[in-house]
Amino acid sequence: MKSLGIVLSLGLISMIAGGLLSLWDKQTAPLIEINRIKALERGIAQVLPAHDRYETKIVKDVTYYWGYDKDQTEPVGVAFSTAGPGFQGKVALMIGVKPDLTEVTGVQVISQIETPGLGTKIVVDPSNKEDKYWFSNQFKALVLDRAIEVLKNKKPSEPHQIQAITGATISSKAVAKLVSNGVAHARQVWLDQPEVP
Amino acid sequence: MARTPKPLKAEFAKGLWAENPVLTSMLGLCPVLAVTNSAENGLAMGLATSFVLLCSSTLVSLLRKVIPKQVRIAGYIVIIASFVTLADRFLAAYFPEISAALGPYIPLIVVNCLILGRQEAFSAKNGLGRTWLDSTGMSVGFTLVLIVLGGIREILGNGSLFNIPLLGDWFDPWMVMILPPGAFFTLGLMIAAANQYNIKRGR
Repeated sequence: MKSLGIVLSLGLISMIAGGLLSLWDKQTAPLIEINRIKALERGIAQVLPAHDRYETKIVKDVTYYWGYDKDQTEPVGVAFSTAGPGFQGKVALMIGVKPDLTEVTGVQVISQIETPGLGTKIVVDPSNKEDKYWFSNQFKALVLDRAIEVLKNKKPSEPHQIQAITGATISSKAVAKLVSNGVAHARQVWLDQPEVP
Repeated sequence: MARTPKPLKAEFAKGLWAENPVLTSMLGLCPVLAVTNSAENGLAMGLATSFVLLCSSTLVSLLRKVIPKQVRIAGYIVIIASFVTLADRFLAAYFPEISAALGPYIPLIVVNCLILGRQEAFSAKNGLGRTWLDSTGMSVGFTLVLIVLGGIREILGNGSLFNIPLLGDWFDPWMVMILPPGAFFTLGLMIAAANQYNIKRGR
């Protein structure tokens, strides 16, 4: 009889817990989904030129967001997210590219765990008073006709070059590599199929 | 265990100083050290923990005669885990930025020994009134320490408090303060100061 009490009491507690959780899930799940989409759209808006709507296409495990202008069928650019190893852990980026995949329109770091004060400058660099986001802004209008060149302590002079962050060369190179790999992958997917989009 | 009941006021006040969960009992140090890189994160973690502690204590105190002794810990954990999930979903739905900043540390409240410790040591042996006083005191004590710790680290490591810039451009932030070592330094000094105060007062 003793074990019956144990079963009943644990069962009762679990039932109360399960009921509470399912009620609360009904309440919050739509809001959490809205937050996720909002964050995604913020990321897309930051890397693509001004667009009115976007279409989602999933090819080979990568989700591509094609941005379109108002009343126009021609896309203004394509955005996608990609992730790979940085200095200490995973770096995730949202990358925007022109529709012909030759020029970057913007890069945004979604998540990273790089060294605070050094590697975190790939997101924001408080020590640069003119442009806190100078590192990711370098990728705007970066031309992808050849491999991205990462320069140390030198201002870029050609359109395929970016400058590395002092003290965070590995983080800087990791971002550049993610961009070139992501674009190479996108080219494989989209350039072979001229009819899409 | 025979214990003479404390006056009600002391039941609340003990959590603030004499039995402060962080400064004296040193319970639940994982979130204390991990998320206090700003006052805002400290406050959010303190409130989330307080919510879980208050709700779990209420339920445990009400069910203390129903739950058999052999499975009491399992029962407490189910109760605590449910309220943690509620808090986690609440933050993700209504405060996505805070939820992203605290990351996995909200689900980890489940294993915060402050909460399980209070259930086992207090709520399971006391009525609802005393349990509420005890939990509220512990929650306030815990949250205050987190805000102070987060505040000190944010001022020195970022030159701001609650995201309001306090120190001007001349101030070069001490990066170490918002890194994990800063948490250990600051908490160590806070505990030392509390002990020093207690020793001086005891003499």
